[in-house]
Amino acid sequence: MDNLALIKGLASFLREDQLLTSDEDLSVYAFDGTAMLHNRPACVVLPERGEEVAQILALCNKKAVPVVARGSGTGLAGGAVPSEGGVVLCLVRLNKIIELDAANLVMVCEPGVLTQKVADEALAAGLFYPPDPGSIKISTIGGNVANNSGGLRGLKYGVTRDYVMGLEVVLADGQILETGNKCVKDVAGFALKDLFIGSEGMLGVITKVILKLVPAPASKKTLLGLYDDMTQAAETVSAIIENKIIPCTLEFLDRTTIECVESYAKIGLPTDCEAVLLMEVDGHPAEVDEQAAQIEKIARQGGAREVRLAATVEEGLRLASARRTAFSALARLAPTVVLEDVTVPRSELARMVAYVQGVGERHQVKVGTFGHMGDGNLHPTFLCDERNKEEMARVEKAMEEVFSFAVELGGTITGEHGVGLAKKSFLPKQLGPVGMDVLKRVKIAFDPVGILNPGNMFD
Amino acid sequence: MNDNGLNLLENLDYSVVQQCMHCGMCLPACPTYDATLLERSSPRGRIAMMRAIADGDLQASKVFAEEMYFCLGCLACQTACPAGVDYATLFENARAEVERQGLLNSPVRDFVRRWTLGWLFAKRSRLHRLGRSLRFFQRSGLQTLVRKSGLLRLMPWGLGALEPLTPEINERFTDQLYRQDLKKKNPSAAKYQVALLAGCIQDIAFAEVNADTICALQHNHCEVLLPEAQECCGSLHGHNGELDTAKRLARINIDAFNAEDLDAVIVNSGGCGSHIKHYEHLLADDAEYAERAKEWSRKVRDIHEFLVEIELRTPECKLPAQQVTYHESCHLKHGQKVSDAPREVLRAVPGLQLIELTEADWCCGSAGIYNITQPEMSMQLLDRKMSHVRATGAKIVATGNPGCAIQIAHGGQRADVPVQVVHPVSLLAAAYRAEKQGES
Repeated sequence: MDNLALIKGLASFLREDQLLTSDEDLSVYAFDGTAMLHNRPACVVLPERGEEVAQILALCNKKAVPVVARGSGTGLAGGAVPSEGGVVLCLVRLNKIIELDAANLVMVCEPGVLTQKVADEALAAGLFYPPDPGSIKISTIGGNVANNSGGLRGLKYGVTRDYVMGLEVVLADGQILETGNKCVKDVAGFALKDLFIGSEGMLGVITKVILKLVPAPASKKTLLGLYDDMTQAAETVSAIIENKIIPCTLEFLDRTTIECVESYAKIGLPTDCEAVLLMEVDGHPAEVDEQAAQIEKIARQGGAREVRLAATVEEGLRLASARRTAFSALARLAPTVVLEDVTVPRSELARMVAYVQGVGERHQVKVGTFGHMGDGNLHPTFLCDERNKEEMARVEKAMEEVFSFAVELGGTITGEHGVGLAKKSFLPKQLGPVGMDVLKRVKIAFDPVGILNPGNMFD
Repeated sequence: MNDNGLNLLENLDYSVVQQCMHCGMCLPACPTYDATLLERSSPRGRIAMMRAIADGDLQASKVFAEEMYFCLGCLACQTACPAGVDYATLFENARAEVERQGLLNSPVRDFVRRWTLGWLFAKRSRLHRLGRSLRFFQRSGLQTLVRKSGLLRLMPWGLGALEPLTPEINERFTDQLYRQDLKKKNPSAAKYQVALLAGCIQDIAFAEVNADTICALQHNHCEVLLPEAQECCGSLHGHNGELDTAKRLARINIDAFNAEDLDAVIVNSGGCGSHIKHYEHLLADDAEYAERAKEWSRKVRDIHEFLVEIELRTPECKLPAQQVTYHESCHLKHGQKVSDAPREVLRAVPGLQLIELTEADWCCGSAGIYNITQPEMSMQLLDRKMSHVRATGAKIVATGNPGCAIQIAHGGQRADVPVQVVHPVSLLAAAYRAEKQGES
């Protein structure tokens, strides 16, 4: 449809400052956190109430205009890249925490609340919201739910899905669906909320989230294991889990990543070792002390050159925060950073890590690898320059091989970033024809006109 | 103005623009994004616009120009950026491009810019002359008369609102203080030879901070020089799109100081320091000065940084017990990454108790001349700052930048928070002086 009519329709119920159409605004909402992908929208809308979201979707559905919802735009699979000529539905102004219900260990909030704020507010009440994606300081809870974000604590605490008890969702035609509630048990009807978690904005737009909180752990210890050999680090991880210890964090960084992170954060990370393991245990103080001692022993037996114990909680925090900068810090080495998130069963980790290194060498592509070793989720990161077409072709080839090998090992092409635009061509390989067909049938059931993030995940 | 006819963004080294991988880590650090939640008012958005202009996909427009002047230039995004984007360079070139194309030109704005950037702050002697007249105005009772008359409301461009922000001009400026008194106190067998950048506002309205800086250095085995031929550091010009003037002033200062012969060039204003430390980049393409600028940048030290580096002597006396809180000047913290040193200086002063300020490194809204050009946003930031200051309960706010000092002092009156605003080095100098009184 023509833009003018669309914008006029939106302007009938939105204020001027809620409807952006200038060239400048359209150019800054053309991308998310993903390298290379951008598309110019027709306009950007900034609703402030759920009812406005409903009005926007009803109008777009009637006129068959594509709508791409977004929060802070930190996604890494292109899931919030606008459809050419469509509407960007930016939810950052829906940013109120509606309720912290300590009696039921529940928080109710709007989708534009920053995940960090969810965590901080919970902590202020002695409670804990565990999912902590690398972008926690700026990503929104709505975006986290729509992408079922993971993070550094997945191993012990699970991912966003494990903390969503209920949702309010605006459907494609503008109807408002409430699914789930504050009850721990609820089997009334299909678990519809689960369909929206990780739906990448293709089935509806989340306007309210009911989150589960847990009591905050009383104590925490952070250890750093330094290795001269990547395989030894991977084997340490397996040994820790075999010994029935479930740390809350088991992260690893390779040499390239360590160098970049240290050059930014300057917190004294060793830059002369091949791998670093960042390990955190939390819980009751006695248990934490015992597990930390055990982990230290296992790491040393596993060949760690050195094991450091963070002296204070602040030092531990600095280490974990530094790890969160890994992806962005890698941009110090190359202008274009293509970050992947293949995940394999933990027993296959060592093979996967070695394979990634081999792929880099074979295709002469610089790769930095880090990731959540405890849950098998790796972040092979290709460092390149998008203006170098020949190099980008090699990166493409390398990525393809990494994806194929992950699937071969019984893994997945994406553990926590989503399929988006970036990985949609690899999805059929993992899901097969039946899997793809069911996805498409679900999509049509919820969005028959096809306005919600069309072209994302599959065509 | 830059008359070479080249689009500064198109001709900027592309790798500087490309360094931003739009991850969004800068967003929570940016005061203007925090206030608006608009991408175009975020560092990532501003860089995206610059890149689009460099790529020829976007015209540099008035909207773009206004956005570049809505940016505080606080550089908090640089601290937050893991990728190491050089936002300062991008920002300066973007504003220079705005001026080159005259995107915001208007008779009043042009007049004010010509008069301030092009004339007043381009030569220290002019500033001194104006300072003396202004002091006469402030002392003679004329100021009171003008305030009561309501004449200020008639001034264009909201300049009337600026009047309460005009600092009180000193009776004697730094060079007079130095010649008449301070120079004599240089230690005979000094361990270090350093020279002080007197600054512009610091020089005529905070001359005592310069005197205190010299005093603190002299108590730490330094011979302090005050080069007479020095000029304004040029930060005001650099940050406001007058790169050519900024370069000219940089060359004059490099000639005036001869950093090659010094142990350090000392600067006590966060804004000036951040700017003069990057003369090296400013003059990188200057065949004659590039090498000397490199040496200069190697020698520049913020006063706190230098005192900590030479392991300052703890004063042997006790000042009356009092609580102080520390506000971080953006360009000291984000521009120069000097954050612990001023706190160490404060902790070294016997009797002082340092109370940490919430959001100590969040901009106070002064931001050079931002409080004049963007009064609304500036006052919003100031109110936020003052509410945190009030919560500390401290009666003294220490800060290492004259712009912040003026702004926070104004904030104290505005929000009715009775605070005294001082430079950390003034508290240190007071302690050294008290030592001597104890002896005699």
